[in-house]
Amino acid sequence: MQFPFLGVIVFTPLVAALVILMYKPEWKKAIRWTALAAGLFALALSIWVYFTYDKAAAGYQFIEKYNWMPMLGISLHFGVDGMSVPLVLLTGVVMVTGVMISWGIEDRPREFFAFLFILASGVFGVFASLDLFMLFFFYEIAVFPMYLLIAIWGWIKTREYAAMKLTLYLFIGSMVSLVGALVMYWTSGQHTFDMLVLETVKFTPAFQKIWFLPVFLGFAVLGGIFPFHNWSPDGHVAAPTAVSMFHAGVLMKLGAFAALRVGIMLLPEGAKFWAPLIMGLALINIVYGAFIASVQTDFKYVIGFSSVSHMGLVMMGFATLKPEGLLGAGVQMFSHGVMTALFFAVVGMVYDRAHTRDIPKLGGMIKPLPLAGIGLIIGSLVSMGMPGFSGFVAEFPIFMGIWKTQWIVAVIAAVSIVVTASYVLLVVRRVFFGKMPEEFEGHITPIRTHDKIALVLLMALMIGIGWFPSLMVPWVQTGVQHILALLGGA
Amino acid sequence: MEFISNHILTLILFLPVLAAVVVLCLPKDNLKAIRWTALGASLIPFVLTIILWAQFKPGQPGYQFEQQYAWYSAIHSTFHLGVDGLSLTMVLLTTLLTPLALLASFSITDRVKAYMSLFLLLETGMLGVFMAVDLLIFFVFWEVGLVPMYFLMNQWGSEKGEREIWKGVKVQARNYASLKFIIYTMGGSLGLLLAIQLLGVTFQTYDLPTLARQWTTLEGTLLGLPVATVKAVAFWAFVIAFAIKVPVWPFHTWLPDAHTEAPTAGSMLLAGVMLKLGAYGFLRLVLPLYPAESSKYAGALAFLAVMAIVFGAFASYGQKDFKRLVAYSSVNHMGFVLLGIATAAKAPGTLDATIALNGAVLQMFNHGLSAAGMFFLVGVLYERTHTRNLDDFGGLFPLVPIYGGILIFTSMASLGLPGLNGFVSEFLVVRGSWPVLTIYTAIAMLGLLFTGAYILKGLRSILHGPLNEHWAKGKHKLTEINTREIIVMAPLMVLILIIGIWPAWILEVINKAVMILF
Repeated sequence: MQFPFLGVIVFTPLVAALVILMYKPEWKKAIRWTALAAGLFALALSIWVYFTYDKAAAGYQFIEKYNWMPMLGISLHFGVDGMSVPLVLLTGVVMVTGVMISWGIEDRPREFFAFLFILASGVFGVFASLDLFMLFFFYEIAVFPMYLLIAIWGWIKTREYAAMKLTLYLFIGSMVSLVGALVMYWTSGQHTFDMLVLETVKFTPAFQKIWFLPVFLGFAVLGGIFPFHNWSPDGHVAAPTAVSMFHAGVLMKLGAFAALRVGIMLLPEGAKFWAPLIMGLALINIVYGAFIASVQTDFKYVIGFSSVSHMGLVMMGFATLKPEGLLGAGVQMFSHGVMTALFFAVVGMVYDRAHTRDIPKLGGMIKPLPLAGIGLIIGSLVSMGMPGFSGFVAEFPIFMGIWKTQWIVAVIAAVSIVVTASYVLLVVRRVFFGKMPEEFEGHITPIRTHDKIALVLLMALMIGIGWFPSLMVPWVQTGVQHILALLGGA
Repeated sequence: MEFISNHILTLILFLPVLAAVVVLCLPKDNLKAIRWTALGASLIPFVLTIILWAQFKPGQPGYQFEQQYAWYSAIHSTFHLGVDGLSLTMVLLTTLLTPLALLASFSITDRVKAYMSLFLLLETGMLGVFMAVDLLIFFVFWEVGLVPMYFLMNQWGSEKGEREIWKGVKVQARNYASLKFIIYTMGGSLGLLLAIQLLGVTFQTYDLPTLARQWTTLEGTLLGLPVATVKAVAFWAFVIAFAIKVPVWPFHTWLPDAHTEAPTAGSMLLAGVMLKLGAYGFLRLVLPLYPAESSKYAGALAFLAVMAIVFGAFASYGQKDFKRLVAYSSVNHMGFVLLGIATAAKAPGTLDATIALNGAVLQMFNHGLSAAGMFFLVGVLYERTHTRNLDDFGGLFPLVPIYGGILIFTSMASLGLPGLNGFVSEFLVVRGSWPVLTIYTAIAMLGLLFTGAYILKGLRSILHGPLNEHWAKGKHKLTEINTREIIVMAPLMVLILIIGIWPAWILEVINKAVMILF
């Protein structure tokens, strides 16, 4: 029997969480190193899965199926295709870098890493799930720890408000989608939650038109779609650094991905019908998100709203239903995930030392934190879609997809590029260059080795894909072919 | 040896990046090692370019030394490099000016590693634009080159000076200049980006020769609109992006600030090469992809060119800041390039057009030499005096006769003195455009008159007249130009003179290329 790669990847964080919970709270070193080991293990396996995925064969691979509740048609069913395998890799990367960035947590690290890892298992589970019920199951496992992580370890000023808002928004969103999913289960007549089977079911066009919107939007809430994005900036800001990295880096991709898997792929006719609306909402995300980001004075809110803008690009790519758009969206999920993990890591580094995120109060950080500054510069270049980085490799095909669908949207969306460029360059300059305010002199300690490793890894990924798109595009393309088949055939 | 000749373009293009990485690994306190490594590394692409020039066959149609690698096959873009006579001239200019700019930067002492690495990365950015045969690759390098220049400007630019942006909010002049430079250029490139996306979607390829064929013969409707309308809009999208870069009046306003606030070597490359990216875009993309629209709007382009020539000259004349004077002179000189291009647009295939284009391309090369030289000389003076205000100088010639001589020589090149390079290119442009765009050319002559005026005014303020005692003795005593600085100027002066009296060596290549292309 083949080694159950995906099962191991999904459950490693959970097992590690349970192990860590059995440690004594004082064993901080053991806690951290166990967390790191688990993260590296999951990352190594996800790298293996990524590079051994057979692109020529395409389709779902590394399939594992364990019956759970056969009477209800629920099984623990894992598999990855070209769209999800980069996301599994992304989760591994964010997990490892998140652990490294959280190395310095002194307040109950045991519980922190345990909850973080439960979240990680949930995320892996959603990406790898081929069973609709289990997709929801893992989705909730991913959302619930967010509440605890933000409410306990978050920014004291807004953490309870933000945690509650985030959790309620995401639960309600998922409930809406769950209703749709259950209706699909009943209507399909197959009595199974197996998504591979459900992909073949031809729901009537009328059914699809009614149910696509709740299913898609319910999940897209987690993707940050306008007007249901409001939980995201506050959630980003209130969360502790690693949680923000997970939140923007992976969790929002969860939402977009689930919207794709359950909404677009299972209800393709509905997708075609509602695509213009989704494009409109995504356009608002892109442009509005950029403008709102540009007026923020809290460093983390800038990035929070920038995430809203960039996730808009992902959902825009989906909504074009064109090969290029879907390709770009797939790459953008990875590229933005890495970029935003980098951003939040850097913000965290600055905040831990300066104890403020107020941009007017910061300055001159490049001298004590040179690598963090370079990291932020690279991240900024990715965020404005500068060629030579993964952001361009992702955004360019998305725009091509838009041109094929509705050209005026492309022209309007392009405005966001310049707006993003201007605010991101200004933020970099104000925080890292210029004169350092006196109160920080001598207080900004350099970053540690583990921080540096995390930053370099994230930068390398963005530059690598920027110059060698073939490192990721062929994988996503196989996934896109499959989606197009579902869209065309339906 | 095989490897080198088979991959010569890739080597020239990417060796600077490799060099930048090497430089970054050097110890930051060993300034000597950093400087000499950077300089030495930058000479390798130059030597390779000489070899390239020697092996290049002028008159052979199409691109030579082509290299093509799969890159982004999902959207049909390949990493496709190649040179023809037009781009080879520009590659030569770039690989020549970069080592000189690095040598000029030996007096920088602040964060030398980062400075040198950024310059090397900049070189790759500029070379990539000239070598690209794939439209997407062209765009990639077009944008990539902006980033190192942005940081060079705002980190190593002049420390003095402030600009008020609104309601009393003041920012450092170099921050203002660098942000304006990058945002203005990127904003202008948005139209270019959108048009490129449209081309890729329509033709499923980014290969320049293929696109030129297919786009110009496309008929019917596109995006629900008549093709002619879409092409006209796309034409202006391309034009605006390149017009900002050249720069063409009225899109030139980023230039005076950028050139003035950039560090000396930054200005050398900004004026010397980066402006040529815009003109190259006109020649490589606008004219071949939009022959009909170029012809239709040639008058508008000529008008803008002439405005650049005239207003650039007037503005130069009115400057008190020496560097700003030279900056506006770039607007003035690049105007001639666009005038030549407009002539070719209006009357494609004619002898006049060929002559005008010869002049335009040669002017691109010549201005690269003289502008780099002028900015360097401004820098030489500034390093000693810490002022660029023309009124602060006066009668310096006896104090610094060698500098004075070099300054006069280079200024004469800029002025277009017969016997030096500027005259040849400007004469060719005027000779070519006179029959085709007579009125515009006539008005441009007014600009040419003021070119003489501002150059001479600058020289007079600095070198002639009563000696300004402030610089004569004591701690402000002006020191003569030193050996390193003379070595920076020497190649430029030699080329300026050679092209002035024997331009055939370069005009041969340019002429054959222009005749084939247009």
